[in-house]
Amino acid sequence: MSKYSVIGTRVHRVDGVEKVTGTAKYTFDMVLPNMLYGKILRSPHPHAKILSIDTSKAEKLIGVKAVVTGKDTIGKKQGIWRRFPELCDEEILCREKVRYIGDAVAAVAAIDEDTAEEALDLIEVDYEPLPAVFNPMEAITEEAPQIHEGVELNININRHLEWGNVDDAWKDCDHIIEEQYVCSSQAHVCMETHDALASFDHNGKLTIWTSTQAAYYIQVLAADMLGIREGDVRCINPYTGGGFGSKFELDSAQFCAALLSQKIRRPVKIVLNREEEFTATKRRTPMYYFVKLGAKKDGTMLAKEVRVITEGGAYTAMGATALYLTGFFSSFPYKYPNYRYDGYRAYTNTAPTSAMRGFGAPQSTFVGESMIDNLAEDLGIDPIEIRRKNGMTPNYVVPGQAWIQSCGLHECLDAIEKHVKERGKLPPNRGIGVSAYGFMSGGIFNWFDTPYAFSSAIVRINIDGKVDLFTGANEIGQGSNTTLSMICAEALGVKLDDIRIHSADTGICPPDLGAWGSRETLMNGNAVKRAAEDAKNQLIEFAAAKMGINIVYDMDIKDGWIHLVDRPERGVSYYDIVKDAIRGKDGEAIIGRGHYTPHRKGMISPAYSFGVQAAEVEVDPETGRYKLVNVTTAHESGTVINPVGIEGQLEGAIMMAGGYGFCEDQPMDEGKILNPSIADYKLIRALDMPETEILEIDTYEPEGPFGAKEAGEGLTNPTAGAIGNAVYKAAGVRIRHLPITPEKVFRALEAKKKQEK
Amino acid sequence: MKHELKFTLNGQPYEIYIKPKTLLVEVLRDELGFTGTKRGCSSSSCGACTVMLNGASVKSCSILALQANGAEVVTVEGLAKGAELHPLQKAFLDHGAFQCGFCTAGMLMSARGLFEENATPDVMTIKEAIDGNICRCTGYNSIVRALTAVSKGEYKEES
Repeated sequence: MSKYSVIGTRVHRVDGVEKVTGTAKYTFDMVLPNMLYGKILRSPHPHAKILSIDTSKAEKLIGVKAVVTGKDTIGKKQGIWRRFPELCDEEILCREKVRYIGDAVAAVAAIDEDTAEEALDLIEVDYEPLPAVFNPMEAITEEAPQIHEGVELNININRHLEWGNVDDAWKDCDHIIEEQYVCSSQAHVCMETHDALASFDHNGKLTIWTSTQAAYYIQVLAADMLGIREGDVRCINPYTGGGFGSKFELDSAQFCAALLSQKIRRPVKIVLNREEEFTATKRRTPMYYFVKLGAKKDGTMLAKEVRVITEGGAYTAMGATALYLTGFFSSFPYKYPNYRYDGYRAYTNTAPTSAMRGFGAPQSTFVGESMIDNLAEDLGIDPIEIRRKNGMTPNYVVPGQAWIQSCGLHECLDAIEKHVKERGKLPPNRGIGVSAYGFMSGGIFNWFDTPYAFSSAIVRINIDGKVDLFTGANEIGQGSNTTLSMICAEALGVKLDDIRIHSADTGICPPDLGAWGSRETLMNGNAVKRAAEDAKNQLIEFAAAKMGINIVYDMDIKDGWIHLVDRPERGVSYYDIVKDAIRGKDGEAIIGRGHYTPHRKGMISPAYSFGVQAAEVEVDPETGRYKLVNVTTAHESGTVINPVGIEGQLEGAIMMAGGYGFCEDQPMDEGKILNPSIADYKLIRALDMPETEILEIDTYEPEGPFGAKEAGEGLTNPTAGAIGNAVYKAAGVRIRHLPITPEKVFRALEAKKKQEK
Repeated sequence: MKHELKFTLNGQPYEIYIKPKTLLVEVLRDELGFTGTKRGCSSSSCGACTVMLNGASVKSCSILALQANGAEVVTVEGLAKGAELHPLQKAFLDHGAFQCGFCTAGMLMSARGLFEENATPDVMTIKEAIDGNICRCTGYNSIVRALTAVSKGEYKEES
C-alpha cells in the first residue's frame, strides 16, 4: 500500500467539472460593462521604414473610441531579459521600423469588432520597403541588410559550451561521423488564441485578464512598458486555453489592450484571430545543425562537436534560452568526456522564434538520436546497447554545468528493449526506432532579475478546516492546480476536497515565475509543500499542548487525524484542533508560508527526468507515405503525484512532437507564412494518432516535492528522432530535414533506387 | 435591418432579433451569453464551436443563426441535468479526457452527435466522429477511451 493518501491516486481534475460543463471562464469569454473591442494593424512588409502613420480617418469613424500608434508609447523596448537590456529589443508598437510581416504598427478600440476592423482599413501607413533577409545563413553574411541598428552581421547572440578537449579526442576515435541537419519551425496552435482584457480605472490602476503562462511576468512587463508601478498592475490568469511556450512574454494583445485602455479609461478586449496567431505570435526556433561525433570501436562515444545557427526572426524573444538549451541538451542524455557547442542566433525578417515545449531540446534530440543510430549501424552495435554504454547514471556531473541526481535512464532502456522484443518479427515495411532523452525540471535562470523567490505559496486554514492555497503558479491545462492541490493535501494531511486553490492572480497570490521550463511541479510544488508543512507544524503545536504528550513523540497529520507517529491510534481530529488553534491565536487564521529557489544545483536545473521512446512506423515503399503505428515510452519523472495528469502529458506530447516529426511545418515565401490557418497547417488528428503505451519507471528525486520532478516538456523531445530512426529501419532512408514528410521519404527512396541501379 | 430568430436552446424557447449575417456561434456566445461553446478558428476547421442542431452535431461557426430558425439547439450547457452530469461528462472526468478545456465543449457535442446516431460505436467510428475536432493537449487517446467506456455502457444516464 502506498504511504501516501492523495499522491499517486487517480483523481478528477480540480477544474474538471467547470471544464466539462462549459462554465470555466477564459479571457476569451469575458465581458465587462462599457467594454470596447480592439484590433491591431500589422505590417504587410518584412522590413520597412515607417515614414508616417495617419490615423485621422480611422478616428473619425463612428464607433471608434481610441487609436494608438508607437507615438503613444513611452518608447521602451520590451523583453524578458531585464538583466541584459541589449536583448530587450521589441517595441511591440513599432515607431520607426517594421521587421517582419505581422509587426504591429497601430491599434484601435471601438464599440464592436466589425467597427474596429473597418477602422484598421482607414489607417494610412506610409512605408519605405527595405531589403530583407529570411534565411539565417544569409543573414550572417556581409551582404545582408542590418535588421537591428548596431547588431553586426545580424548576430543577436551566441552561446558557447565546452568541456574536456574535443580537438585532442578525435585522434582517439576509431570512427567519426559528420552530418548536417535542419530542424523546422512549428506553431504552438493553442486552442485559445492570445487574448487580453485590460481595464484601467480612473486612479490609474490596471487590471489585465489574459491567457498567459506567467501572470507575474505580464504584470511586471506591462508596468514597465506603460511607465507605471508594478503594484498598480494586477494580472489575472483565468483559465487558459493552452500555452506550450507561446504565452509567457508580453504580447501585442496584452500591450495594445492596456495602452488603449490607459488612453480611453474603458475596458478594452483584444482577441487575436487565428491568422494573427499563426503569423504574428512567436514559434519554435528553426535550427541548422552541423555535428561531428566520434567513438571507439566498442561504441564508447569520446567526443561531440555541435555548431548551430538558429533562425531568430525579428526579435530576441525567448530565443536566446532556446539557443543555450539546444546546446546543453545536445549532450543529453550521455556522458561525453569531450564536448563543444557553438550556437549563433541570427536575426531575420521573419516572425520571431522563441520558446516552444521542449525549448530547443526537441531539435537537439532529433539530431542527436539520429546520429547515434547512424553511429551504431556503422559500428555494428545494437542501438539500445550503444545508448546503454554511454547513458547518464545517477549522480553524474555534466562538467561545469549540471549535477544529475536521480536518473532512471538505464531502467527505461531495459523496459524499451523488452518492448521491442515483445513486438517480435515485424511485417514488411515496418520499423521501430528508438530515441532517448532527458529534460530539466525548471530552469535556474534569472535573466528576469526577479528579486522574489522563484516560487512561493501561502496556505490559510479556516475555521471549518478548509484550506485556501494561494500560489502564483499558472494553470494552462497542464494540471498544475490539481497537482499542487494534491501536494498541499498530502503535506497537510487532509483530503483533496479540503483544498481550494487560488492561482495566478498577482493581486492576491505570491509571485511565481510561471508555467515554463517544466518548473511548476518541482519548484512550486516545493513551495506549496513547505507552506503546508508550516501550517501543519502550527497545528501540531496546539495538538501536542492539548494532548499533553511526552515530548519524545513525533506528531504528524494524515487523513485529518493528528496523531503520534509511533502510536497512530493516539490522536485528535484535525478539524477540532483547527477550531482550538484559531481561538488560541486570538482569532487569526492559521497561515503557512513556503518558498523555493534552487541553490547549489549547477547552472541549469535542480533535477532532470529521463526516458526512452520507441516509435513504430509502416512505410509504403511506392509512395513514401507512412503511418505511425505505435509509440511506447518508458519514462521516469520521480514520484508520480498525479497519474492521470502524467498520462495526459505523455499522450499529448506525442501528438505535438509526432506532429513536429511527421507533418507540422511553416513554409514561407519572402517572409510570409503560407499556411496560416488550421485547415492548411497540418496537425495530427484523432485518426492519425498511433497507439500509445506508457511504461512508468520508479525513481525518487531528492530535490523534488515527495520525490517528484518534471513530466511536461521532456516528453516532446524524443518523438521526431524515434520517427526518423523508425523510417530508416522500415525503408532504409535517413531524412535529415524536419518534418519527415511522405514527400521527403518518397524522394529519398527514389534517390536510393537510382543509386542502387 | 434585423430579423427575428425563434429557436429552442437547451430546452428554453428564445425569440430574438439579429442581423442576418450573424453566425449561430455569435448568437450563442455574444447575444445570449452561452460562452461554454468556444471558437478556435472561424474557418470550420477546429471543431471547438460544435453544438447540436436538431439532434445532429454541427459547427456553429459554419452556419448562419437564421438557419437555426425553428430548430432545437443544444450546447454544452444543456448536457447536465441540474447538478447531475451527463454520462459523457462523467466519462471525460474519469478518463482525464481534457486538459486546457478549450476544445472540450466541441468534443463533447461531437460525441453527443455520434451517440445519437449509434449507441455502441467502435473505436474507429469514435475516432472518425472526433476527427474534425482539434485538441492540442491530450493526444485524443484519453478521449477515445472515455467514449469507448460510454459505448460499452459503463456510464448510464440516470432516468
